[in-house]
Amino acid sequence: MKPERDEVLVEKVREPEKIKLKKEALEGENQANTAKILNEKTHLSEPISSEIARKQMSQRSRRNFLIGGVTALTGVLGWRWMGDETKQALLRRTFAFNEKISQIFYRPSRLSPEFPLTSVSPRRVNGFAGMSEEFDPANWSLSVGGLANRTDDLIVSLDDIKALPKTEMTTELKCVEGWSIIVNWAGVRFSDFAAAYSPKTLDGSLPDVFSRPEQLVPYVSMTTPNEEYYVGWDMPSMLHPQTLLAYEMNGEPLLPEHGAPLRLASPTKYGIKLIKRIGRIEFTSERPKDYWAEQGYDWYSGH
Amino acid sequence: MQKHLNKKHSLAVRWLHWINFPLLTMMIWSGLLIYWANQAYGIRIFGIELFKFFPQWFYDALSIPFRLAEGIQLHFFFMWLFAVNGVIYVIYVAISGEWRAMLPVPGSFKRALLVTFHDMRIVKKLPPQGKYNDAQRIAYTSVILMGACSLVTGLAIYKPLQLAWLTTLLGGYEWARWLHFWLTILFVLFFLVHIIQVIMAGWNNFRSIITGYEIIDAAETVPMKSTALDEGAKI
Repeated sequence: MKPERDEVLVEKVREPEKIKLKKEALEGENQANTAKILNEKTHLSEPISSEIARKQMSQRSRRNFLIGGVTALTGVLGWRWMGDETKQALLRRTFAFNEKISQIFYRPSRLSPEFPLTSVSPRRVNGFAGMSEEFDPANWSLSVGGLANRTDDLIVSLDDIKALPKTEMTTELKCVEGWSIIVNWAGVRFSDFAAAYSPKTLDGSLPDVFSRPEQLVPYVSMTTPNEEYYVGWDMPSMLHPQTLLAYEMNGEPLLPEHGAPLRLASPTKYGIKLIKRIGRIEFTSERPKDYWAEQGYDWYSGH
Repeated sequence: MQKHLNKKHSLAVRWLHWINFPLLTMMIWSGLLIYWANQAYGIRIFGIELFKFFPQWFYDALSIPFRLAEGIQLHFFFMWLFAVNGVIYVIYVAISGEWRAMLPVPGSFKRALLVTFHDMRIVKKLPPQGKYNDAQRIAYTSVILMGACSLVTGLAIYKPLQLAWLTTLLGGYEWARWLHFWLTILFVLFFLVHIIQVIMAGWNNFRSIITGYEIIDAAETVPMKSTALDEGAKI
């Protein structure tokens, strides 16, 4: 170390304001480096000859590159070696795990934002699954299974449904593909429907949709009349105040391509879960099959 | 000439750095599989599209099309590992004190410009630096913040109802997606610059993120007994 450098260092220490010192040291010409000034930890070996340094480094390199290489190879080969089936099982289990975490934090009181009617987007049709055949909405009726007081299906007409309290909402419909649109829906809250057509309970007690929803069977299955499209829902999402059995869209009766005469509308899940042209609803304790979950999508898909 | 072995990167940082590499790769790859299903973004100036994310040949070359379900599965698996690795890294750097070498300090932005000019061969002199130069301080701090922002915007897209306050804070669902996408582009740009800089810095530097050590000339090292200055710097 050169003596004049020392002098500079001592001079700086004499400065009364220490913060000023630090700033000047960083900006000045004569200091050593910021590491030292900022009190960064350095871990230097004793001075050694370049020959020894080279030898020690190649020893370290050999060991560490070997460890790194073997780890990387294990990772890559392990991922490859896992058959498609094992990988699928792992990823599906992860969906189930994510679902559990989601349900722990789920609160039915949280609502999706609503929008003014003026922000409603142009309509968009993205799927016809389960609606391929000729269909006359006039002859339609809804079968409801898994009810509290009976074993067979109850047949419900559109007028029966329209007799229940009407709810309107303007919410975001989010597609699993990534796009979203704002839609105005009108229909019956599913919770109001379930209060009128009560699901059976787990312990056989009298159902009470609003005060003891946890006693109800935990799932709802919905299918199109031809049973080609089917979705399964968890009960809490079905009973969410923004989950509707909708019969109107953007102020008009549902069009056939949007699921006339009755479809599901809800901001609680992706559009793949919002079944059009519902033919049958069943309350069940078995986790229902789901059209898109069978194609590898998340069964829960909950927002 | 006398040399020192300088312990540059701790074991924890080396592992966390290298584990992050495949994890971030998988997040970006699965993100691409998802993004293909709705190719919403491009670079537009005055309504003219200069570049579309992404051209068809890009998807075809990587066989990305029609793998949305797979993309979602991978994204929501690797997100846990990516998040956990990142959180451990931040906690480690905070507790170990290694953040001192990483966070920008007064004057960092000015000196980072000088570093950039130096690396672009515009000026010859490098400003003083510690373990990292000031451009590195800013880059490494930014990329950690970007990771945090990716997690936050991702959560806002993943649970836009249960976390509606967060999604709204980010300007709504569409804006959260937009941010999430551009953060990914920033990650890719960071990666490209990072690789170029690592190549330019040379073998001794690269070896240190594997072994932890670099060889430095004894003459180059800082004065070890300038304790007076150390005292001043402690505040």
